[in-house]
Amino acid sequence: MTDNAVHTSVVAPYALQLGDDALVYAQRLGEWISRGPQIEEDMALGNVGLDLLGQARVLLTRAGELDGTGRTEDELAYLRDEREFRNVHLVEQPRSDFGFEMARMLWFSAYQCGLYAALVDSSDETLSGVAVKAVKEVDYHRDHASHWVLRLGDGTAESHERMQAGLERVAPYVAELFEDDAVSVAAAAAGAGVLPSSLWPAASAYVERVVAEATLAMPAEPTWRSRGGRNGIHSRPMGYLLAEMQHIARSHPGATW
Amino acid sequence: MSEPRQPESASVATRSGERSWPLWEVFVRGKRGLSHVHVGSLHAPDAEMALRNGRDVYTRRQEGVSLWVVRASDITASSPDERDSFFDPAADKVYRHPTFYDVPEDVEYL
Repeated sequence: MTDNAVHTSVVAPYALQLGDDALVYAQRLGEWISRGPQIEEDMALGNVGLDLLGQARVLLTRAGELDGTGRTEDELAYLRDEREFRNVHLVEQPRSDFGFEMARMLWFSAYQCGLYAALVDSSDETLSGVAVKAVKEVDYHRDHASHWVLRLGDGTAESHERMQAGLERVAPYVAELFEDDAVSVAAAAAGAGVLPSSLWPAASAYVERVVAEATLAMPAEPTWRSRGGRNGIHSRPMGYLLAEMQHIARSHPGATW
Repeated sequence: MSEPRQPESASVATRSGERSWPLWEVFVRGKRGLSHVHVGSLHAPDAEMALRNGRDVYTRRQEGVSLWVVRASDITASSPDERDSFFDPAADKVYRHPTFYDVPEDVEYL
C-alpha cells in the first residue's frame, strides 16, 4: 500500500471511534434537557452535548470519506447497528442522577482534554482541525464538571454521599477509555492518532486533584471493568439508546426538513 | 418617602425548596470599549456558577467578550412610585444638554 492508502485505512476507523464516543455521549446529555436541577443546567448540559455533536459530525464525515463506503455522517449515525458502533461503554450508560453525570463528565472531559491537545498535531488535517476547535470546548466541559464535583463533594452530607456514589459507579468504565486498542495504536504509529494510555497520567492526576479538593475519595480499584466497546461489543443500554436516537431517521428514510 | 426597594424578582431568591438558588442579574460586554449591558437574569448556587450559567444562557452566539453577574438582591432599585420626583424635573432643563454647540460637519464620531 502507498503511504496515502495506509493513512486512509488507519484514520477511517480511528475517526469513527472518536466520533462514536462524542455522538453517543451527546445523545445521553441531550436527555438532560428538562431534567436538570434548573433550566440553567439544562442549557449547560445541552451546550456540552451540542459541542460533542459538532465534533461527532466532523469525525463521522471524515470516517465516511475515508472508509471507501462513501457514507455520510447521517448514514453513519442513524443507519448503523449496535455492533458497528465503536464507542466506549462509559458514554452509553443510562442517564442517572446528577452526581453520576458529573463524575462521568469529569472523567470523559479530562480524557478528551488530553486527546484533543495531542490531536492538534495529527498528520490528518481533519483530525487536527477538529482538535484545534474542540480543545477549548472540552476545557469548558471539564471546568463545568469540576465545579460541580467540588460543590457537591464539599456541600451537604447528602450531596457528598451522592457525588461519591457517582464516582464509584463510573469507576468500572474508566479503564476502557485509556486502553490501547488496535485502531488507536495503528493511528498513533501513523502520526494521526494518540495512544489512549499516554493520556492516563494527566487525566487521572487531574481527576484526583478535583476529587481531593472536593473532600471526596478516589474509588478503590473496581472488581470488574467494562471492555469491548472498541470492538462493537456493547452493554445492554446501548440498544435502547440507538432505538431512540435512530427511530425517526429509520421510520422516514431520506426525509429532510 | 418610600423605602428603596429590591427588584421584585429578588423575592424568588428566598423561596424554599429545590428552586432555592438565588437570582443573579447578568451583564454582557458586547465588545471591547462598550459598556456591560444588562441582558437578563438566571439562577445559580453561587457567583462562579452564575458566571458559567451566564456564559451558557446569554453568550451562546458570541454575544460578548466579558460577563458580570450581580446578585439580584444586592441591587437597590428606584421605585416606580418615585418616578415623577426622580426623573421628571430633568425634562425642562435644556441647559443640561449639549445642544448649544455648533459641530463642524466634517467631525466624525460625535
